[in-house]
Amino acid sequence: MNALSIRNLRKTYNNGFEALKGIDLDVVEGDFFALLGPNGAGKSTAIGIISSLVNESSGSIKIFGHDLNTARPIAKSCLGMVPQEVNFNQFETVKNIVLNQAGYYGLARKIALQRTEYCLRQMDLWDKRDSVSRRLSGGMKRRLMIARAMVHEPKLLILDEPTAGVDIEIRRSMWEMMEELNQQGTTIILTTHYLEEAESLCRNIAIIDQGMIVENSDMTSLLAKLHTDNFVLDLAEPLAICPTIPGYFIERITANVLNVAVTKETGLNELFSQLSRLNIKVISLKNKSNRLEQLFMDLISSTSSGNKE
Amino acid sequence: MNNSIALRTIITKEVFRFIRIWPQTLLPPAITTALYFLIFGKLIGNRIGGINGSTYMDYIVPGIILMSVISHSYANVVSSFYSTKFQRNIEELLVAPVPNWVILSGYVSGGIIRGLLVGLVVSIISHLFADIIVYNVLITLSIAVFTATIFSLAGFINAVLAESFDDISIIPNFVLTPLSYLGGVFYSVDMLPGIWQTISRYNPILYMINTFRYGFIGVTDVNIQSAYLITGGFIVSLTIICLFLLHKGIGIKH
Repeated sequence: MNALSIRNLRKTYNNGFEALKGIDLDVVEGDFFALLGPNGAGKSTAIGIISSLVNESSGSIKIFGHDLNTARPIAKSCLGMVPQEVNFNQFETVKNIVLNQAGYYGLARKIALQRTEYCLRQMDLWDKRDSVSRRLSGGMKRRLMIARAMVHEPKLLILDEPTAGVDIEIRRSMWEMMEELNQQGTTIILTTHYLEEAESLCRNIAIIDQGMIVENSDMTSLLAKLHTDNFVLDLAEPLAICPTIPGYFIERITANVLNVAVTKETGLNELFSQLSRLNIKVISLKNKSNRLEQLFMDLISSTSSGNKE
Repeated sequence: MNNSIALRTIITKEVFRFIRIWPQTLLPPAITTALYFLIFGKLIGNRIGGINGSTYMDYIVPGIILMSVISHSYANVVSSFYSTKFQRNIEELLVAPVPNWVILSGYVSGGIIRGLLVGLVVSIISHLFADIIVYNVLITLSIAVFTATIFSLAGFINAVLAESFDDISIIPNFVLTPLSYLGGVFYSVDMLPGIWQTISRYNPILYMINTFRYGFIGVTDVNIQSAYLITGGFIVSLTIICLFLLHKGIGIKH
């Protein structure tokens, strides 16, 4: 069953800006799905429509088979939303924020209290339950929004850039938490600007640009499309000139650093034997950029150039 | 979906909100009205004499109570709902399966409760200055509830359409206060010269204040049935406008 099914979704704002140009998207139940796109591509509009914060111009959305227009209450009860920016009452206590949300979803008081405690403990916020929310740190605020979104046990959780602006330690703990939620059966849709996050967590991916879905596939197939990998080589001794090795495109970044573009067909073995033959010692090697990032940039730039033509 | 739990949640949240900040919400009307009673009722009132068979103090007490109900029911909804919009925690309600009528009922109930609570506080203060005996409890309570409902609904519309904090103070300052003062709080409309009497009769607050006064002291400048028709009409019209705004997402959704 599809956790989310979008058909021909369009949105034109009052100022005439066409944010979505008829997108189709399916996310299967249990998936960990990445929805990526540059700023202004239309992902926030799409998420806004799914979570009833933005009115669509046309098209349909089904959440676990329930149409958002004709069976709105059931469709909404399947969905949990973690927005990009803090949107809770800054003067309310942590516990009341989660407890009130449980009330909005119609949870009886006793169950609401149990679920509030469970979610706050899971997010490591139970000790802060009586604190006023504005006094929380940035990471805690994000965890509070996740606890709030989870209180009614949604089957589909949308996380809109949940790790933006948080330090690496919190980011990693949030990754673990998201994976745990997904393993427990929650379908997760993640939007992020950290592409290594999407690459390591998500199984399927859609890339949206200029209001259109420009890529929609599983992560493995998408990454397989990448023909060239860029590697940065740190050299033991400085080089005066850039070496030339047939089949490889080499750039001298500094005297001790080379950038090498390696195609799938050629591989790295030949490169290293040729470097040894030239007496060039390599101390270390690393991927210049995240593979998904490279693909993402290729896709986005091809959409832009296509539009210019 | 259990709408009654959602409704109870919103009402509880709203009531705790204004109780938590009682020095801003419940204390000021007590002080302001005590000053009204002292200055207009005692000091100046003694020189004015009676109106329509009542002492001036007895005459102005109902008007001052209802004026407090009007301003506080309006202020509660307009400030609370606009803050909810401003802090974007309106999204908590929009994401959840809460029907529009529940959102409206929750916020309006909060406004009515605060309006009536402030009315009660002012009534208690008035007992320090006048011996008030309620002439008709049913009329007094019903018109107080209807009035609080009207101004809670009006406050909701103001909050939905407001785009800045300035927008939520314009109506109370430039519309509500003048209409309340010109609604016969401190005088009988019969005391006004011809044209002003006619103009005053287009002021809906005049009907509410006079009906409320009738409930207290059995004296009125207006027809009671007309007053109920006017307040009922306002409640229905404003409710329809509020639900339309919520349905369209005007001022709330993009």
